[in-house]
Amino acid sequence: MISKILNSLLVLVFLVSCEQKVKKTSEIITNKDPFLSKNKIENTSITSTIPILNYDQLVPFLNKKDDKTYVVNFWATWCKPCVEELPAFEKLHSNYKDKNVEVLLVSLDFPNQIENHLIPFIKNRNLQPKVMVLDDPDQNKWINGIDKSWSGAIPATLIYNKNKRSFYEQSFDDNLLTKELQQFIN
Amino acid sequence: MRTLQSLLVLTIVFASVAFISNKKEGYKIGDKVENFTLKNVDGKMISLNDYKTKKGVIVVFTCNHCPYSKMYEDRIIALDKKFKNIGYPVVAINPNDPSVSLGDDFESMKDRAETKGFTFPYLFDDGQKVFPKFGATKTPHVFILNKNHNNNFILSYIGAIDDNARDAKNVKDRYVEKAISDLLEGTAPMITETKAIGCSIKTKK
Repeated sequence: MISKILNSLLVLVFLVSCEQKVKKTSEIITNKDPFLSKNKIENTSITSTIPILNYDQLVPFLNKKDDKTYVVNFWATWCKPCVEELPAFEKLHSNYKDKNVEVLLVSLDFPNQIENHLIPFIKNRNLQPKVMVLDDPDQNKWINGIDKSWSGAIPATLIYNKNKRSFYEQSFDDNLLTKELQQFIN
Repeated sequence: MRTLQSLLVLTIVFASVAFISNKKEGYKIGDKVENFTLKNVDGKMISLNDYKTKKGVIVVFTCNHCPYSKMYEDRIIALDKKFKNIGYPVVAINPNDPSVSLGDDFESMKDRAETKGFTFPYLFDDGQKVFPKFGATKTPHVFILNKNHNNNFILSYIGAIDDNARDAKNVKDRYVEKAISDLLEGTAPMITETKAIGCSIKTKK
């Protein structure tokens, strides 16, 4: 009996310490989204004020110690797989914004393309999560600062709260993203 | 009870395997780089072993479509011109699967090489067998190989060309140039790994 408990504990510790895919088989998330259609109607004007930050100014947004879980996605309008995975982050924002989860889209669009690419993109899409531009040439410094395991490819995503932090150099779809988030909020 | 325990142990084993296979693989600094043979834009096959008469090779994974690759094209040409004659030529490789990366097909590669006047081979990683061996994840992604006394190519540097992708005029650190000048002096590069933003290498899901 004791060894059975030990075994279970081992499995548990392992699952907790591991990244994404390991849990795939053990967890089924049912995710109905009754609020989605309601939230789509909202139209707050976030496009008029897009903060442009250097790395030092971004750091506080990557290290908040309140009760929320933060989903920070690094993307750019010129990055095709980034744009393809945006719906997953938009949906997550709709479903979880009232549940202590904040989605932050950190754009790596080039400064000279903010006016004619990024802002029209946000407007046309009615993009709801908060967008910030990270404009800092010293990538070798801030890529490691954000996560040592990050090679620098985008898309990439950081999920964190005051207790837990994971970095993902990969694309997400709806299910995978929700599944990852569950590990932070449950 | 026994069965349950065995199942639990099996779960751990499988979980471990899944965990390990999830990690990024690829050559590490100091590893011997195996030969590869890929088709160049001129239709000829080119092998790493063709470069055994050189001191080393600057392997650059790059492509047509990625804005960061485009920003570095002129600087890659400059690197080749500067170092080819002193033993470190550039070999560029497009690692993307053109079926999921618009503009990165072989014909477009030929066009781009001609338009930009590439002074180096621009190889197509057809079947995507080469980039995973290097552990390349993005374009551009540079790997400097240095030939050792046993005539083997040793991975000596991984990373970025310099510290300012968008603005060549404001570059402070020229990582690749520094690494090569260290190698030319017979020492290992002082900085062996740097990072830069790039486009993820496109593969079929």
